[in-house]
Amino acid sequence: MKLGDFIVKEAVVTHVQAHDRNGVIKELVTALAASGAIGSVDPAEVTRAVIARENEGSTGFGKGVAVPHAKTGMVQRVIGVVGRCPDGIDFSALDRAPVYTVILLLAPQSQPELHLEAMECIFRNLSRDNFRRFLRQAASGAEIAALLQEADDTPA
Amino acid sequence: MPTTPNTCERDAEIINEQGLHARPVMRIVDLAGRFRCRITLSNGSVSADADSAMSMMLLEAAKGTRLRIVATGDDAEEAVAALVQLIADKFNED
Repeated sequence: MKLGDFIVKEAVVTHVQAHDRNGVIKELVTALAASGAIGSVDPAEVTRAVIARENEGSTGFGKGVAVPHAKTGMVQRVIGVVGRCPDGIDFSALDRAPVYTVILLLAPQSQPELHLEAMECIFRNLSRDNFRRFLRQAASGAEIAALLQEADDTPA
Repeated sequence: MPTTPNTCERDAEIINEQGLHARPVMRIVDLAGRFRCRITLSNGSVSADADSAMSMMLLEAAKGTRLRIVATGDDAEEAVAALVQLIADKFNED
């Protein structure tokens, strides 16, 4: 699986306005909805599902990244969105450090293996220092889209 | 005389429906932090340190995957036993 298979480039948020975890999640889901990626699904329901999951255990994996997600019957395929949080957000991360890059992921509940594949793809890229650094610095949606494309074109 | 490092190795099958996803990975990091030994998990040719959540997400260990667990250090046996138990208990989640 590649980033381009599930990251909705039209929904990328280059400067998340929210100042707290739940606000970031809501903003990213709203962006996904605005892009049309979740069809007629109620973004408020999706936001609730992601927050509920996050409350069960932080997805702040360390090194400034978090991957809030939900496996839900509301989507039929894997859908992801990238948000940049230049001010740093407290995600109760493993390393207690603020989060600057958020990748929000939705996957169909009935296919946990698709979720794992997407997570593997995300972390394969996030574990590259350069990818993390450039993603954090990218100032426009076009830059982020180019970074994602380049990552997909460069096998780890 | 230098002592050889104490190493313990065991296989464990992932049996929970959702596989080795984020929450189980975080539980493994917590567990590994309680031991002094170095623990690695492998799925075929892909290996990950049990203290790195990010690298464990790369194992892509769905239900049915057999993971090899290797620990090296004083408390290697205890650590491997605890990890095998956590996996067998389906990470206490389903």
